[in-house]
Amino acid sequence: MEILFAIAIGTVVTASVYLFLSRDLLRGLLGFILFGTAVNLAILLAGRVGPMRPPLVDAAVLGAGAANPLPQALILTAIVIGFGLTAFALILTLTAHREFGTTSVEELAEAETPKVPANTAAAATRREAA
Amino acid sequence: MTAQLLLVAPLLAPLLGAALTALLWRRPAVQRPISLAATVLLLGAAVGLLAHTASHGTLVGAMGAWPAPFGIVLVVDVFSAIMLVITGVMAVAVALYAMGPGAAERDRAGFHPLFQGLLLGVAGAFATGDLFNLYVWFEVMLIASFGLLVLDRTREQIDGGLRYVLLNLVGTTFFLLAVGLLLGLTGTLNMADLARLAPDVDNQGALAAAAMLLLVAFGAKAAVFPLFNWLPAAYHTASMPVAAIFAALLTKVGVYAIIRVFTLIFAHDAAFFGPILAVVAMATMVTGVFGAAAHYDVRRILSFHIISQIGYMLVGVALMTPLAIAGSILYVIHHIVVKANLFLIAGAIRQAGGSFALARLGGLWVTRPLLGLLFLVPALSLAGMPPLSGFWGKLAVVRASLEAQSWVLAAVALAVGVLTLFSMIKIWNEAFWKAAPAGPPPAPPTRSQRLATFTPIVALAAITVTIGLWTEPFLALSFQAADGLLDRQAYIAAVLGPEAAR
Amino acid sequence: MNDSLILRTSAPLLLWLSIAVSVFVLLRGHNAPGGGFLGGLMGAGGVLLYAIARGRVAAIRFLRLPPVAYCGIGLLAALASGLPGLLGEAPYLTHLWAFPAGLPLGTTILFDLGVYLVVLGTITAMFLALVGD
Repeated sequence: MEILFAIAIGTVVTASVYLFLSRDLLRGLLGFILFGTAVNLAILLAGRVGPMRPPLVDAAVLGAGAANPLPQALILTAIVIGFGLTAFALILTLTAHREFGTTSVEELAEAETPKVPANTAAAATRREAA
Repeated sequence: MTAQLLLVAPLLAPLLGAALTALLWRRPAVQRPISLAATVLLLGAAVGLLAHTASHGTLVGAMGAWPAPFGIVLVVDVFSAIMLVITGVMAVAVALYAMGPGAAERDRAGFHPLFQGLLLGVAGAFATGDLFNLYVWFEVMLIASFGLLVLDRTREQIDGGLRYVLLNLVGTTFFLLAVGLLLGLTGTLNMADLARLAPDVDNQGALAAAAMLLLVAFGAKAAVFPLFNWLPAAYHTASMPVAAIFAALLTKVGVYAIIRVFTLIFAHDAAFFGPILAVVAMATMVTGVFGAAAHYDVRRILSFHIISQIGYMLVGVALMTPLAIAGSILYVIHHIVVKANLFLIAGAIRQAGGSFALARLGGLWVTRPLLGLLFLVPALSLAGMPPLSGFWGKLAVVRASLEAQSWVLAAVALAVGVLTLFSMIKIWNEAFWKAAPAGPPPAPPTRSQRLATFTPIVALAAITVTIGLWTEPFLALSFQAADGLLDRQAYIAAVLGPEAAR
Repeated sequence: MNDSLILRTSAPLLLWLSIAVSVFVLLRGHNAPGGGFLGGLMGAGGVLLYAIARGRVAAIRFLRLPPVAYCGIGLLAALASGLPGLLGEAPYLTHLWAFPAGLPLGTTILFDLGVYLVVLGTITAMFLALVGD
């Protein structure tokens, strides 16, 4: 079971790294989501194999086969936080697509070396448009 | 009751600020005084906490009365309290500065709720005694900082923001992986409990792997070599108050986490991690300062100097001697004040000269001599000129390196100081000294805007001079914090009870 | 948005239904699966459905306050729920209980209500930003 888990985690990480290497922001974001999933699986695995004592409740009361709830609580929190961050990054990507018509990292990065002092010019045009 | 209230007050102040400013989302004018009041409350609570911990020792609170290894504990020792106080000082300064030019657009975009959320995350990270809780505070901080970074929605902000988002997402995921690994190895995530159990873990190799993952995660946050690329890509796009609070606090949370984790949990393996951290520290100093030398935009120069200075702060945890750690802590205090002030002054330079690009600036010494003097205080302090605050920080770090016979470390620290001076002189020459470029000067700000801009600048410069001329109490406090960090058993006893310590 | 007559007509009904269920889940969370987080998600689901059917402006009008203000109220409630414990020497967030006529009432419900509102506000704010106009 542990080996199966390890292989699954490895596969998901491979896929996510492949997506990270893409120049498209949306793919990079999908890669991040996959990466987060792989890490959550890793926490689940780590929580099971470790020398765990059941927190708060006595082992005798719980009986055999009771799962340790701590990794699950951690994963739940991580999923919620990951959800928030992903949503935010998605909104940013959408803004980039709407306002500049591209989600390619390279095309966006052309803004890096502006011909005019960008802060004033860009901010001013934006204010006029709004 | 009072002690427990005092313990959570630095978290409650920004939480209250965030709640009220979010509630008044459509009334930016009302948000401003609330935001400022919340930061003053934060500063007051932090000062009280520092006074309490300095005289009564570490303060521990088990949230919701769940006992220590199971529930989440807040643990504030002298080091944490110092960081909270400096957070409060910066919060007040930036809240004031944010009332200057550009305030109306910023406030409409939601500056104040995000600003308070950022402070909440930072204060929480400094106060928590639980590794997973630290992860949660990191994320609170991160979400707020994303929002602040893209406040104006310009193209370069979106571009810089996306880089910042993706790199930090990966960084925090590494953090999570390390948390999972540590949980599997020890069955606990309470930092004191981890420190107690870590030396007895059979699989020390896996423990070292977890430590390295944490170093990567915190290092990405602190912008150490080679994980610094996002910082100059993102910071120079933010609006000035945002850049100032980022420069002051965000990277320092990473530094704090590195110092905390490597002095507490992995201290038994210091002989292994010390050299790694020393190399990282040196590489960070050198790359940062060379990056700054290559740039001609005030904000980019300052951004690269943040990176270079982070290196000095890591020296303490690389050497693990009381003097080195005290030096690092003094350096953090000095650096936060000075660097934030330089960003605030960069904003004032922009107001006076109409640009951040050195090529378009000039002649400010003639038109704004006061601004020139105010620039010189933090600039020379950053370069380590006596008798300003930076000199003492550098002196302590260099002396600790010499005592530890790390000649290379000492030499690099000194050389980087000289190169820092070069960058500062570059800004001085270009912006203040050379003849003014042709073209009409920008419209002068109103009187109240000038007041909002210059009050924090003058106050922070005064703090720099005070630390420089009256170093003794600051150094004594740093030594007290360093002794607290090196005495792990006291920390464990404070959190888990005396019988848990050995 | 897709203009479906069935969806447009049933949207208000579904909105109120999902809010009623979300409140039930919020209260049920007291001692069974459920609670503020789940309830908030369900409530937000109803608002989002309404926004899809009737448009973003209608959803904002229904909420009356900006979504972020809901987060503000929620944070205030959660913050306040931890304070009574401080009065009795206990650490922050130590919850207190009272049993008027056998009904278990605790400050935890205030905390859960806070979570409910924060989740509702956050999800709605995010989604409305994605919907556009």
